[in-house]
Amino acid sequence: MGLFILRRLGVMILTALCLTFIVFTLTNLEPNLEKLAKNQANARMTDDQVISWLDNRGYNDPMLIKYGRWLGVLPHFTREEDGEVVYSRCATPGTTIEEAGSFCGVLQGNWGWSTVFQNEVLEILGVRGWQTAKLMFFVMLVMVPGALIVGVLAGMKEGSKLDRSLSTFSIGTTATPEYVSGVIFISLLASPMIGPNWFVGSAQTAMDNITFENFTLPVLTIALYGMGYIARMTRASMTEVMTAQYIRTARLKGVSFQQIVLKHALRNALIAPFTVIMLQLPWLLNGVVIVETLFNFKGFGWTLVQAAGNNDIELLLGVSIISVVVVLVTQLISDIGYVFLNPRIRIA
Amino acid sequence: MEPLTWTGNMGDVLDPILGITAIALLLTSVLAIVMSFATTTERVTVNPDGTIAAQPGLRGLTAKAQVYSLYAFLATVVAYIVTGMVVGWQGGGIVGGAMQAFTPVWISLVVLFVASFYYKRKLGLYGKLFDSTIGMIGFGLVMFWVFTAFYAGIFDMIYMHDPLTQVSGMKNKVPGTPMPDVDAAPYPFYLLGGDNLARDVFSRMVLGSTIVMQIAPLATLFAFMVGITLGLPAGYYGGKLDTVLSFMANLILAFPVILLFYLLVTPEIVLTGLPNYMALILFIFPLIFVGVLINSRYRTQPKTRNLYLGIAMAVGGLIYLSLVMDQGAPKPIFRLWPGGLDLFDIPGQVLIVFVSVVFVNSPTVFRIVRGLTLDIKTRDYVAAAQTRGETPWYIMLWEILPNARGPLIVDFCLRIGYTTILLGTLGFFGLGLPPESPDWGTTINDGRRLLSVFPHPAIVPAVALLSLVLGLNLLADGLREESLRD
Repeated sequence: MGLFILRRLGVMILTALCLTFIVFTLTNLEPNLEKLAKNQANARMTDDQVISWLDNRGYNDPMLIKYGRWLGVLPHFTREEDGEVVYSRCATPGTTIEEAGSFCGVLQGNWGWSTVFQNEVLEILGVRGWQTAKLMFFVMLVMVPGALIVGVLAGMKEGSKLDRSLSTFSIGTTATPEYVSGVIFISLLASPMIGPNWFVGSAQTAMDNITFENFTLPVLTIALYGMGYIARMTRASMTEVMTAQYIRTARLKGVSFQQIVLKHALRNALIAPFTVIMLQLPWLLNGVVIVETLFNFKGFGWTLVQAAGNNDIELLLGVSIISVVVVLVTQLISDIGYVFLNPRIRIA
Repeated sequence: MEPLTWTGNMGDVLDPILGITAIALLLTSVLAIVMSFATTTERVTVNPDGTIAAQPGLRGLTAKAQVYSLYAFLATVVAYIVTGMVVGWQGGGIVGGAMQAFTPVWISLVVLFVASFYYKRKLGLYGKLFDSTIGMIGFGLVMFWVFTAFYAGIFDMIYMHDPLTQVSGMKNKVPGTPMPDVDAAPYPFYLLGGDNLARDVFSRMVLGSTIVMQIAPLATLFAFMVGITLGLPAGYYGGKLDTVLSFMANLILAFPVILLFYLLVTPEIVLTGLPNYMALILFIFPLIFVGVLINSRYRTQPKTRNLYLGIAMAVGGLIYLSLVMDQGAPKPIFRLWPGGLDLFDIPGQVLIVFVSVVFVNSPTVFRIVRGLTLDIKTRDYVAAAQTRGETPWYIMLWEILPNARGPLIVDFCLRIGYTTILLGTLGFFGLGLPPESPDWGTTINDGRRLLSVFPHPAIVPAVALLSLVLGLNLLADGLREESLRD
């Protein structure tokens, strides 16, 4: 088991390095840097000026070296004139060149400076991430029990009317992306034009003060899309368990249907959905970005859109690290959890 | 002119009937579910003459009631369509006008369904689809949009206003608003209202379907070619090849899709020529696939092989080069091919959308094909083919692939739906397609800013997208059920 986890961890770190390198390359392409230079210094710079501006800041070095510096395994770029260091990438606003160390990458905790928000990337991510964590907490609170109940109810009697109805409902929710359900919810439930005006169509106020009116719609929008998939997986797992030999034995013994479902089938049926729920987390990230944009909730997804839309390279890199790590860690947890939960799998 | 009401005169008769049948359907459905729990299964009684008969009991009664109220509801819907087709907006209001506009689609649907139903026993899996209600509903929804896209895109039918023309005075007008200058306008109303730039919402919704229908199925097909061409050898040979390909697939799958889109579909990336390079790699896979397919089949008959392979490579190569080469591309390498032989150019923005959708979808297809291959390669007929001395590619493409078709067809339907969702996502973030494009995602993005005041410009494309994706999902579900039944 220890070896299995260790090997998974190794693959995970390798994947993380590859992915961050790809993101780093894609965000540090020539046109991006040119835009950055014009944005930071002077919009009317000539091409020569752009090149010298980038040269002076070490942007024109080979990609691998830049990546190493950003990661913090190579000493950062410094420019010397007449034997004196006049520029150091490690010197952030507030620190002098002398104080700055020579390594200042992600590993040293220096995630860079956001050009859009004019703040430390790490600090922005902390604040925004906390908002999204609150959103995700409520989404999980709605989605997981809802999906499990729907799945178990549908799966306990395969082919019944209830199964048909609930399966169609699950298909319906998986066919409704967040930007469709969000639009429909807002127009039907939060607009004075059509239906009752029960909720607020914007979650902006929810950042300080979560209320039923301003948080229900965003949570419901994300939860619905993820729910259908988990419910279908739960249903498949439940129907499989219900045809197992030991369930038949229980039925022949005369155990009541309720007892069979609750005591015999449920525990075994919930192993597979655990993996699915964990793997669903990265998919929720998509939903988070869409919903935060639609409902104007300034969280992690909103930050991603702002960073990408405004060529904020270091912030975008920070956002990518977080999302890639979230994806990989959930994959790891689901793998390990599956082995722990399922006694039939034993890995030496 | 008076603004139109939703159902006009035909509503006076049909609206109450629709209400009654809808409530009846809802009630009987709930009742049927409750009854399936409350009562026991059908009781079997033995008659004196030795035959046995099932007693449907209360449960059978509720099930029957549900079916009949479903028929009544569907009949009412058909009545709306038929009446609308005949009377148009003059007697049928907005719904009547819209139904009349869709007349060619209805006729095609009826012809298709009647023909398919009549010959369903001779049509294999497609024919079996007409045994499942869910599958038929899904197929109907999908074909509705296919026909709509076909007639609107090729014959300029169905829609009545130009999707880009702005008519002053029609900004954010509610559905059914008459045009200010009725005599000059091609149609006297904006059936589903005007958007925030005073364009016709109905016409944009109809033309949005053509964009989806052009990109989604083709992109899915390409993703399948890539996934199959790489997944078959990965599953069949295993070993290092499998490890490397699986690692790469997992790498792409670990990327949050939206982040990938934001990195790939920006104007700066188009400048670097990256989409062209990706197109260069991704679009070669269909060519390889077809080439290997023909070569492995006719390997023993060199003459036939050369003929077929030559034709396929010439046609495929020309299409491939026309696709990849672009006289306006930023990098000189993509202008090598002479312009005269460059049959068509895909605009850079559409190409990047297409490429990134293929790129996102192919790893999942790869994993599915790899898994199926791992399963099927242990079968006896594969061992038989190996003993016969067939080449590995023949076994993969002519023994394993045909036997994996069931799950692949089902996934193909689901994946077109998913691709449609992805296209909508791109449009929703204003990535890729031009901002005035009538595709559904972009239109939803346009409409969402004034959503709580003027919901109609966003809700119309949202419902359209929902119905198409729902149709594809139901179709996939129907196909899965019918293919499992064998």
